Amino acid sequence: MYCSGCGRPESECDGACLRPLDIPRFCSECARKLDVQVTPQGYEATCRTHGEPAPKRL
Amino acid sequence: MRTSTLLDEARRAVLGGGRDLSLEELRGLASLPVEDVPSLAALAHEVRLDRCGPEVEVEGILSAKTGGCPEDCHFCSQSSKFETPVRPTGYLDMDQVLAAARETKELGASEFCIVMALRGPDERTIDNVIEATKVIQDETGLNVAASLGILTRDQAERLAAGGVHRYNHNLETSRSFFPEIVSTHTWDERFETCSMVRETGMELCCGALLGMGESTDQRIELLGQLREVGPTEVPLNFLNPRPGTPLGDRSVMEPLDAIRWIALFRLALPEVILRYAGGREVTLGELQAMGMTAGINALIVGNYLTTLGRQPLQDIKMLADLKMPIGALSKVI
Ligand code: SF4
Ligand SMILES: [Zn+2]
Ligand SMILES: [Zn+2]
Repeated sequence: MYCSGCGRPESECDGACLRPLDIPRFCSECARKLDVQVTPQGYEATCRTHGEPAPKRL
Repeated sequence: MRTSTLLDEARRAVLGGGRDLSLEELRGLASLPVEDVPSLAALAHEVRLDRCGPEVEVEGILSAKTGGCPEDCHFCSQSSKFETPVRPTGYLDMDQVLAAARETKELGASEFCIVMALRGPDERTIDNVIEATKVIQDETGLNVAASLGILTRDQAERLAAGGVHRYNHNLETSRSFFPEIVSTHTWDERFETCSMVRETGMELCCGALLGMGESTDQRIELLGQLREVGPTEVPLNFLNPRPGTPLGDRSVMEPLDAIRWIALFRLALPEVILRYAGGREVTLGELQAMGMTAGINALIVGNYLTTLGRQPLQDIKMLADLKMPIGALSKVI
């Protein structure tokens, strides 16, 4: 599994790279960059292989 | 000179005589000791109420084409020149843009800005933005603004004729500091697009990004240059350092320093719509309401282009608690 903030293996990042108003940018399953679309009231982050990512694990 | 004397003189000039402060006077106020920032903010608030009234203009923005930009603005996670976590995505379609405009309307906003990460638009993009503008106006009644990069005169004229009422193109920083931040286009090119926007009759929205390493003198220089370009609106951004960009390791501005500069922007530009834009949450934290009594009279509500904003309800409550009604502030200066 990978950190969804920086894409490094989870063992190398405790998730602190992702600050409160940052959006997950990497797929936690394959570490590829996510397609992210931000809208005024939300956002969608999708992996082209794995779809919507699993919720961020802390 | 003592702080009270400097503030009294500034008050007399701006409120008494209706005279603009000189850049020299602004420089003096920029170096007030930090404990005097609340007094400076109070003066700026008086000026805002006197010139603009208590209304606050609320806007939503949408990144309708994200990332992959050929420019190299060193603060920007959407530049293709830097290895950042932002993955380029294609243009949004009309339904997606309209849905975002509806989200904006729900938040009580009067303004919706379509933003694209581009050096400048092609003809098809201009056509699409004009079409979107009509649909959004018809369906939501929102004023539509656009931010599409550098324009040709013909493009600016078409956007103006197509109902885009305000165009955003930021100077970002002073002419003397700009080459340290961008190498793929010049400050003069930016200035030229800004001037052209005004000439077409669209309102000019021309903002700044503070906290990139520019000096106090360079911020004062920027204020003079903003006066020259004559914007209706000035969105004030504070650097939110983005991973992978050349400015990614900088720290955010000190909150009280940000308040000082909000106040100085208001004192330098008494009549503009001075909008809270990107970076306010991470920079100001608990002091966000203080910015509203330091000269700010507009805000972006909801999310930004590649990062989130705080909960819109927090902003709505803040404005209600401050007794600042939400309203449109459109005017051509
Ligand atoms: S032109 Fe705009 S989108 Fe492109 S790098 Fe500069 S700030 Fe980012
Ligand atoms: Zn991480
Ligand atoms: Zn994946």
